[in-house]
Amino acid sequence: MAVGKILRRGFLIGSAAVAGGVAFGTYRYVQPFENPLRPGSGETTLNPYVLITATGVSIVTPRAEMGQGIHTTLAALVAEELDVDWEQVTAIHGPPSETYLNASAMALGLPVSEYDDPRIRRIGAGAVRVAQKLAFGIQLTGGSPSTTDAFDRMRRAGAAARIVLTEAAGKRWGIAPILLRTEAGRVLDADGRALTYGELAEEAAQIVPPPDPPLREPAKWRLLGQTLPRLDMVPKVTGTAVYAADVKLPDLLCASVMVTPFLGGTMIGLDTNNANTFPGVRQIVSLGNAVGVIADNTWQAMNALDQIQVTWSPPEYPASTDEQLKQIGRALQSRPNSTLRDDGLADVVVEAARADGLHLVEAEYTVPYLAHATMEPMTATALFKGGRLTIWCGTQAPTLARDRAAAHVGLDPERVTINTTYMGGGFGRRSETDFTTQAAQLALAVPDIPIRMTWRREEDITHDFYRPAAIARISGAIGAGRPEAIDMRIGAPSVLAGQSNRMVGFAPPLADKLLVEGAFDQPYALPNFRVTGHVAETGIPVGVWRSVGHSYNTFFLESFIDEMAHSDALDPLAMRLTMLAPAHTPSARTLESAAAMAHWGQELPEGTAQGVAFCHCFGSSVAQVVQVSDQVGRISIDHVWCAVDVGQALDPGNIAAQIESGILFGLSAAMFGQITFADGMVAQSNFHDYEVLRIDQAPQITTRILQNNDRMGGVGEVGTPPIAPALANAIFALTGQRIRSLPMAGQVNFA
Amino acid sequence: MRVARSYFCALITISTAAPVLFCISSETYLCGKPSVTRTATDSAVASIGWIWCKIYMTSLTINDTPYVVEIEPETPLLWVLRDTLQLTGTKYGCGAGLCGACTVHIDGMVERSCQVPIGDLDGTVVTTIEGIGSPEALTVLQQEWVAGQVAQCGYCQSGQIMQATALLRENAQPTDDDIDAAMSGNLCRCGTYPRLRAAIHAAAKRMGE
Repeated sequence: MAVGKILRRGFLIGSAAVAGGVAFGTYRYVQPFENPLRPGSGETTLNPYVLITATGVSIVTPRAEMGQGIHTTLAALVAEELDVDWEQVTAIHGPPSETYLNASAMALGLPVSEYDDPRIRRIGAGAVRVAQKLAFGIQLTGGSPSTTDAFDRMRRAGAAARIVLTEAAGKRWGIAPILLRTEAGRVLDADGRALTYGELAEEAAQIVPPPDPPLREPAKWRLLGQTLPRLDMVPKVTGTAVYAADVKLPDLLCASVMVTPFLGGTMIGLDTNNANTFPGVRQIVSLGNAVGVIADNTWQAMNALDQIQVTWSPPEYPASTDEQLKQIGRALQSRPNSTLRDDGLADVVVEAARADGLHLVEAEYTVPYLAHATMEPMTATALFKGGRLTIWCGTQAPTLARDRAAAHVGLDPERVTINTTYMGGGFGRRSETDFTTQAAQLALAVPDIPIRMTWRREEDITHDFYRPAAIARISGAIGAGRPEAIDMRIGAPSVLAGQSNRMVGFAPPLADKLLVEGAFDQPYALPNFRVTGHVAETGIPVGVWRSVGHSYNTFFLESFIDEMAHSDALDPLAMRLTMLAPAHTPSARTLESAAAMAHWGQELPEGTAQGVAFCHCFGSSVAQVVQVSDQVGRISIDHVWCAVDVGQALDPGNIAAQIESGILFGLSAAMFGQITFADGMVAQSNFHDYEVLRIDQAPQITTRILQNNDRMGGVGEVGTPPIAPALANAIFALTGQRIRSLPMAGQVNFA
Repeated sequence: MRVARSYFCALITISTAAPVLFCISSETYLCGKPSVTRTATDSAVASIGWIWCKIYMTSLTINDTPYVVEIEPETPLLWVLRDTLQLTGTKYGCGAGLCGACTVHIDGMVERSCQVPIGDLDGTVVTTIEGIGSPEALTVLQQEWVAGQVAQCGYCQSGQIMQATALLRENAQPTDDDIDAAMSGNLCRCGTYPRLRAAIHAAAKRMGE
């Protein structure tokens, strides 16, 4: 990579940091955040992550548990160094606090690729950490960096707590701490005398902890590196896990809301149509862009919404999907927002190939808007009492949920408490705050009475912050047995601008990396490779959706690379390896590993074929081979083999579960997922027309975890990107049909 | 008004049978056996109450506990469970019988509780996830669910377990195809399908031993 480019990236990062407020100096930054824990009686906190209780230890795991098992892995980081048994550990979400902000997540928005720029990435993370702390201060779960971000921080919290507990025992006994050891929540001396952490906690809390305690070598780990029983499993199989609409409060009322079908618009007129006289209906509340009904039960509230007549402001975007896609197509002709990869002379080589009329491949790919469709629709419980607002919600951004709700109802954020519950899926949707703010507004309408707000499924499908529709135009030239050039233009609405505007009121002055991730940052050694990103202003609200830009760019690029291979009768796997091996060995190993598991290249039974795809994302390398078969004219997806390199595997069982999850989530989208618009409104409404994968179509999945990458990567999102192209490539191998738009249903007859 | 209604209903139900009564309205909980002196006026009031109760009261057994529920008869069982009785283990997913998150057993049969009006359930026996097992006493199927680390977000899992429990009751050794046929009405967005299939097989094996 050219030196000039690195310098330019460095400059971009510098300006971002200044924009974030480095001018204030570093003094405020280096001050530690205070410990936000408020221990109850019989409890002692030793630092923001450790609460010693009478029966064991509560470990604060300040990331959203939306199914990805993060509470278990984060608790293990602390427990490993603290020397407590797994049975003694409880994971608690803890209060929203700037102490728990997620520095790495913001760094993922920086316009650098992850695999080849560790130095820049480090500087970038530091700059963002400062900027975020001063200006943003958002506690966020998203972008798959939860474990990497916490890896050192939470292990040090455990180690520091163990050191002060040991010192407290040493003082009590008059023995030098170095002569003591810790085990299963106790400090022991050489004679076998023991004191529990509970007995020592109060004295330990008076001792100043070391700022930089030493950490154990991985060879000595007892918990990390093992598959641990998930802490949330028993509650979730017995129906006792508490989600936001399961909070039990006395005299609770139920609510539901109806937001304008014209996204981003407002209410002009409201005719309650006597719905307020319906049985059980207590109050109808205008929410500005929505109307809410509060009733004795949720069914009454949902039914009453159907009776209310509202006049909404008209949509400010094209009314149909066709027109919206044309907007994106036009954006592709405009000046690029970014050119984050520009190796060699991609356009010149492509034009030369065109002039020759030889070895040129050109294609246009399209993907639709997608809803998150979490199993739990948006829900929240809220209570406004004595001038204080409490919200129970499943949120990926608790500090933001608190601040937005406070601003909307005119309260000081100090008077708003967020209690984060389990969430019935997130996938990015619960990083938004529309639903938590609605719950706050409803609670203020009925002071002293708790309200349980549940969105109808129809509301959830039609009021999402959608995965953007996107179009790619790609040209490629094939040389001797390998691609010589790829020139790729990607057009889509900007998630970065949309979400930044909603979160902090402005879009950062950066190239939109999310728009082109999964393309420009792939570790392919290609002499001529250009990727340009073109932002389309569509007016449709877009947001982060599991794997964000990779969710479409991996489909575009990996399908296109397959097209290039087939156009020159090359093996798609071998051709990828010639590009990966020189650039990034761990990535090449994942491809080899997936191929070996699937016996790539072997003679397959008649009517059976395989497809392959690769992606480097969230710091991990992931390769997948899909096998499909023709079942009397219908295509069955039989097996997926996935090799993933996560650098360091902290919980192999959970990593495998996340890979399975990411693959099946991506399959739903590839096979069925699409949000379309008609008359300015979303045309889909429930699972009959927004179909998702069911068990009878779920393939067998085999996962192999590798640890060659030199840094720890994410796992929650990385299974998703390669599955759509791997499936499309397998279908091409089986039928000769090249799929250039998603979803596949309508083009492919699935078994 | 609501208090009075509950009183009538309590009166009638007491005079007819139940020694222990849970009379539940959205505002009033009566429990136990009130002593009532019957007079002519009371009888008249009771007759009106009897008619009212025939319309608005449903007597049913949920997880081995008898309940009398006062609510509009068209209210789906799901919302009676969640909002009236605070049995929140049963989840709302779609309200249209498309996702299976609200699956319960009614007289031993699998039903989507969002599709069943409470008024149709007089005299029935309902089992929800709360009646299947508890954190202290997991069923074999739940134990295998834990052993296989099936749940992720967990929201669909109550419904999955209710569906799978019924499957194993009818078919002690289901094949993959049997599992697909029985479970394909229960959606999961986290993709726990391969693991829940394995857990059902493991439970069937253990229960058959």
